[in-house]
Amino acid sequence: MRADDNERAAWRDEFPIRENDERYVTRRQFARFLVLTSLAMFVGQLWILAKSWLGKAPRYAAATIPGAVDLPVGGSTVFDYPETGEPCLLIRRSQDEFVAFSQKCTHLSCAVYYSKDNDRIECPCHVGYFSPRDGRVLQGPPPRPLPRVILERRDGELVAVGMMTGSEG
Amino acid sequence: MSQDKRLPALNGALGLIVLLLVVQMWLLTATLESYLAEHHEAALSGAVLSAILFSACGALYLFVGRVDRRSRDDRGM
Repeated sequence: MRADDNERAAWRDEFPIRENDERYVTRRQFARFLVLTSLAMFVGQLWILAKSWLGKAPRYAAATIPGAVDLPVGGSTVFDYPETGEPCLLIRRSQDEFVAFSQKCTHLSCAVYYSKDNDRIECPCHVGYFSPRDGRVLQGPPPRPLPRVILERRDGELVAVGMMTGSEG
Repeated sequence: MSQDKRLPALNGALGLIVLLLVVQMWLLTATLESYLAEHHEAALSGAVLSAILFSACGALYLFVGRVDRRSRDDRGM
């Protein structure tokens, strides 16, 4: 028994802090955690400010949209612009009117599609609808219009020459 | 400050810090949303307001620390 007592005493020397004491959080510690979180928020704001001031306007290369002129009126197709893996939705609204938008929903980046019957661009994930005329939000949770692709006609081909956000249009 | 007023003061200060933090979170979300929508003019005002909120949180933290320390001193801890 005496040996056990000695072992127990040695164990207590090794771990002098009780588990409950270790888990106890003082008001000061809690306040410090909150203030550090506040600091992180402030740093995030500074990061946005730096990006706004130092960020350069993106440059877009012109790219021919393959098969665009063969698209039937009311039809739509998907092409990559400005880079591969950046899907955009091209819609032929009339014989001479084409519009194109980023295919990523501005809510959570689900792929949107054109509904000819309802004449609107629809996001199936959270039922967000966009106008096919200018990409503005008609309904649902998307916070911003769809980024629009600037199109030009060159030598009978349809060419994407740039992107603009809905707020610029 | 008397002993019986310290606890409500501490709790009030902590509650106020939490409230300021919630406002700061909303502000960051709104500024990010504006930035993504290419409204860069909101970034400066957002950063200034966030700095004010952070300063207020820091001041409240100092207040909590001071009251807590005084309370411990009075109790001989």
